[in-house]
Amino acid sequence: MSRFTPEEKVKLARHPDRPGTADFIDALFTDFFEQRGDRFCGEDPSILGGIARFHGRPVTVVGHRKGKSLEENLRCNFGMPSPEGYRKAQRLMKQAEKFGRPIITFVDTPGAYPGKEAEERGQGEAIARCLALMSALEVPIISVITGEGGSGGALALAVANRVLMLEHAVYSVLSPEGFASILWKDSSRADEACGVMKLTAQDLRRGGIVQGVLREPEGGAHTDWQAVFRTMDAALTRELAGLEKWKGPALARQRYEMFRAMGQGLPPAGREEP
Amino acid sequence: MNGTFSRRRDRLLTYRAMREGKITSSRRTRCSACGAESPQLEWDRSLQVCPRCGFHAPVGAYYRLSNILDPGSFQELEEKLAPADPLSFPDYPAKLEQLEEATGLKDGAVAALGRIEGRRAVFGVLDSRFLMGSMGTAVGEKITRAAEYADKKRLPLVIFSASGGARMQEGIFSLMQMAKTAAAIQRFQSRGGLYISCFTHPTTGGVTASFASLGDIMLAEPGALIGFAGPRVIEQTIKEQLPEGFQRAEYLLDHGFLDRIVPRSEWRTVLSQLLALHEKGGRP
Repeated sequence: MSRFTPEEKVKLARHPDRPGTADFIDALFTDFFEQRGDRFCGEDPSILGGIARFHGRPVTVVGHRKGKSLEENLRCNFGMPSPEGYRKAQRLMKQAEKFGRPIITFVDTPGAYPGKEAEERGQGEAIARCLALMSALEVPIISVITGEGGSGGALALAVANRVLMLEHAVYSVLSPEGFASILWKDSSRADEACGVMKLTAQDLRRGGIVQGVLREPEGGAHTDWQAVFRTMDAALTRELAGLEKWKGPALARQRYEMFRAMGQGLPPAGREEP
Repeated sequence: MNGTFSRRRDRLLTYRAMREGKITSSRRTRCSACGAESPQLEWDRSLQVCPRCGFHAPVGAYYRLSNILDPGSFQELEEKLAPADPLSFPDYPAKLEQLEEATGLKDGAVAALGRIEGRRAVFGVLDSRFLMGSMGTAVGEKITRAAEYADKKRLPLVIFSASGGARMQEGIFSLMQMAKTAAAIQRFQSRGGLYISCFTHPTTGGVTASFASLGDIMLAEPGALIGFAGPRVIEQTIKEQLPEGFQRAEYLLDHGFLDRIVPRSEWRTVLSQLLALHEKGGRP
């Protein structure tokens, strides 16, 4: 299906001109009202979120933000959120449930920030709470991996009823560099890691990790934004229409069962009880 | 409780705990924290806490359970749950086989039903001898089933974590175990279940960022390293040295992420008190 190798896809997924969360919000949503701050101690611009209309319907939209200029990159910490970002996301998603708004998330991060202050303020706890919260929300959740889906920092916004991926996006347990460094003590073997990690949209679709792959223009998403927006708009419209027929508890159950079934890693006969 | 069976189970647990002991024991044992050598007998008496510096050395899952549970109350759950190789990762099946041989475990977690001072609970214990207690599909599945079993039987859930995080060899499937275990804990808690999370040295990465951080009660052993990113990764990122005691249990207590630090010899007392305070599995 694809002419690109996994290594090339990693480069495309990280391409600086690839459309990001802010671009998707501008192009596909109207009436965007940004919500800031975690209501505990800070505001983390590496997660962008708020209320908007999608074809007239109010939704909550949340995503990672890498920034476009160097100045913006620095302000957004290159899309690596701190606990404040994840707690803001939790706040927005709880509110979405309160007001019955579907949630749309855009995932594009190298990973949660591995910094001193981030640890001090509970990076692990912040991510864990996102996972637990999203697993039980009684509104539709659609997540799209648009670029890099790096580790727990990506998953924290991707416990959805439908997880979609752009054709050349990647999603993995760790960055290929980190993976090579942990397994082979050699981060320069990242290209080799890309091959064994099965991080492409096509591999993940086969593995049942994502439910849909969105076609990108020839050469990648950065070559024709309008084409990407059209594909994204159609996909979100279709998925949302499907999910909105479901009642809240059924949505939570479907999400639970979907993640419950991922990698049971054994024949079904193994269950036993004393 | 049937006497013959409970005695047999007790012998089985003692046997497994002793088997773990043999792997690490020699006549004198050096502490990996302070470097001092002490007689193994003293280590055994202190439950593998360094007699010199108090370092709580990592211990196997059966050993830990044998020190906490009432004699004869241990009943292993999901013992046959075996790991998978979803990525067909080079050399991984051989590595798993070798570790099973060395540890007597199928993967890095043990689940059990047991009692403390007569009060029943479901226990999950990660074992760092098995690929650093990393969470692959089998570990994730075992923790999930432990939570589901506790939910079904309306029992409290106690989990001891010790983990390097997600297991690289199972790639994205390991990552998904974070969502799966967090969801199972969330469901268990939302129905009134009591979950006590106990951090032991070291617990980092995807385990810290999922079920281990979601306890109603959060406890840790003294000096345990607890974090999302490992200290080396942080030092490389911020290009400075981390202060002494960073990410240790005491540091987390000071920053509001733990209820209490529990020395190894006190687990039974503390857990017993908490289970008593939540009689009927924590439900009113």
